[in-house]
Amino acid sequence: MTRASPLGSAGLALLPIALLAALVAAVVASRPERTLNRGAPPVEDVSFQRVLLHAGGIELHVVNNGPDPIRIAQVTVDEAYWTFEQEPAGALRHLERARIRIPYPWVQGEAHEVKLVTSTGLTLGHTIEVAVETPRPGLRELALFALVGLYVGVIPVALGLLWYPVLGRLPRGALDFAIALTVGLLLFLLVESLREGLEAASEVASSYQGVALLSFAALFGYLAIEAFGAWLRKGRARVSTHVTVALLVSVGIGLHNFAEGLAIGAAFALGRATLGTLLIVGFTLHNTTEGLAIVAPLARERARLALLALLGLVAGGPTIPGAWLGGFLFSSVLAVASLGAGAGAIAQVVVQILRSSVGERAVADYLRSGAVAGGLLAGAGVMYLTGMIVG
Amino acid sequence: MTRREVFKLLGAGTAVAGVVAAARAARTGAAGPARWADEPRASHTAHPHAMGVVGRVNTDAYDPAVFLRSWNFSHLPDHLRPAHYRETPRPDGTLLREYVFDALDREIEIAPGLYFPAWTFNGQVPGPTLRAREGDRIRILFRNQASHPHTIHFHGWHPPEMDGSLPDQIVEPGKEFLYEFDADPAGLHLYHCHAVPLKRHIHKGLYGVFIVDPREGRPPADELVMVMNGFDTNFDGENEVYAVNTVAHFHMHEPVRVRVGDLVRIYLVNVTEFDPINSFHLHGMFFHVYRTGTSLRTEEYTDTIMLCQGERAILETRFRWPGSFMFHAHQSEFAELGWMGLFEAVEGR
Repeated sequence: MTRASPLGSAGLALLPIALLAALVAAVVASRPERTLNRGAPPVEDVSFQRVLLHAGGIELHVVNNGPDPIRIAQVTVDEAYWTFEQEPAGALRHLERARIRIPYPWVQGEAHEVKLVTSTGLTLGHTIEVAVETPRPGLRELALFALVGLYVGVIPVALGLLWYPVLGRLPRGALDFAIALTVGLLLFLLVESLREGLEAASEVASSYQGVALLSFAALFGYLAIEAFGAWLRKGRARVSTHVTVALLVSVGIGLHNFAEGLAIGAAFALGRATLGTLLIVGFTLHNTTEGLAIVAPLARERARLALLALLGLVAGGPTIPGAWLGGFLFSSVLAVASLGAGAGAIAQVVVQILRSSVGERAVADYLRSGAVAGGLLAGAGVMYLTGMIVG
Repeated sequence: MTRREVFKLLGAGTAVAGVVAAARAARTGAAGPARWADEPRASHTAHPHAMGVVGRVNTDAYDPAVFLRSWNFSHLPDHLRPAHYRETPRPDGTLLREYVFDALDREIEIAPGLYFPAWTFNGQVPGPTLRAREGDRIRILFRNQASHPHTIHFHGWHPPEMDGSLPDQIVEPGKEFLYEFDADPAGLHLYHCHAVPLKRHIHKGLYGVFIVDPREGRPPADELVMVMNGFDTNFDGENEVYAVNTVAHFHMHEPVRVRVGDLVRIYLVNVTEFDPINSFHLHGMFFHVYRTGTSLRTEEYTDTIMLCQGERAILETRFRWPGSFMFHAHQSEFAELGWMGLFEAVEGR
């Protein structure tokens, strides 16, 4: 075979694309849907992106999640037709968004069922489980979200860091146990993140392909932490391996907590919120274990207080911007992506910890030791039990 | 429960409220959980009369205000009416009343912008109202031009072969059948398709009113036909729309005009499917009830009447004052899903 000129190669490469474009044009022009689904009603589906409750009524942000245009003919709230304004008005094309304002006198603390009735009579419903006024972005609300982020993210992690002095005095076997314990914690967190991510993925508009998004966000999270670790080791030779691992654990947990912060905001954005002091306490206990995971790799180091504070901030801090973002600009797509990235990051962190902890030993021998196996189980067990308090 | 689910329940503001309340409790030494009452309440600026459908239906094909006061195709212009209705005197002084009814598949607008794939008699829901005098002969040519088998089953005295209900009485698409019987007894009746499945054939729109006047007649009155119906638009076995005469909240925007002091007679028929009963309530007034209209003596004086599926009653009253009088189902759910309207009473002749 003779070698083609570069120009010829480019032409050959473009040929299939040109043919594909011609095929698409032919299909669109022939309108096969007219013969394929004769008389079948259009497929209608919307997803509710946000539900806001204000003194003036209920505001819905919806997106047409179906392939066909949707015309919203009427709106019912709690089985009553109600006045509404749609913006923009008219039919919604595939993936087009609209705001619907309904001047409905909703009741604080009670449930409401909103239904969109399309021109074909299909009803698309959303339940507001507990009606509470949606916070508007303002200094006061920013401060409130920051306080919550501090309470469920930063403080528990900081408390966990206080185990650091104790860890330093542990004999080798006990340290193995402690590190394995943190691996157990992280594995539990990983499973939880994936489960939450899958659940969130099922809620996003199907056009956004939640599960694929989650999977590739996880892969991205994993690779990003891997690259970050490599960069730390190369560029900053004076940072010890243990500090590097601790920092990576912080970043991984930070990503995870960012996703959790989004979920807090989401709870508000979708009008799902109820009171629970006990739940907050349980949650604080649950998150305190994250601090332990960060300091365990540092047991044989002499870490300065500033470093510990930095690690705590990196791990817990993202809860606050997460909560802001979730509360004011909630996007279920962003929630899926960040849960996925968090899960990937945690997986990478687990690998990092194991690598540095195993050292010269054979992996099988390491895992087989009573301290390690016990630590793994204990870590998962602690998460399971504190999770039960929360639930 | 997982952490995310907890977050769903938790909610940031309430979490803060909890924290603050806990702190307050710690300060004052008082124990006890934070309550809803501690929350600032939203003061509502939502308009209280924002209930109701949005927009107006197109009344070119079917106008509920016209249906209200039409029978025997009186809504058709003179040159079109004979194609559907003819009356011929008989030797004994009664009339032969001949009708042509066509079953047609038709999309109808039951609330503004909301289209229902109906099965209809003559393209409308409810079907055209028949009205005869006791003893008249009724003859109906029924032509099934729809996509499914249908019948017309009348309430009233008739021989079994005219019942339109048994398997051999089903009229297949493209076929026709001649129903013939005497108008008997005097009263307020109905007709509907009796092909199976019954629920679907009825709720899709195949029903109408059959009025038989007593030989001696009833006192002159402003007469109104009201059919209480419902529509299951998403086919889940529940009605999404309720109405009198099909269009949700129609008479909220187009009140039924009546004159103060005139006798008003309402022919009220319940053909609602899925819900066992429906009801009629009139504000600020009372009315006399003639159940099934078979007696000229009233047996009830009330402001709310309940009717079972297929049950009907004649109501009579006089408006005392000019102004707006609301009427609706006293099942609040039905009222807010479309079955609500207004009378507008005006003075003078």
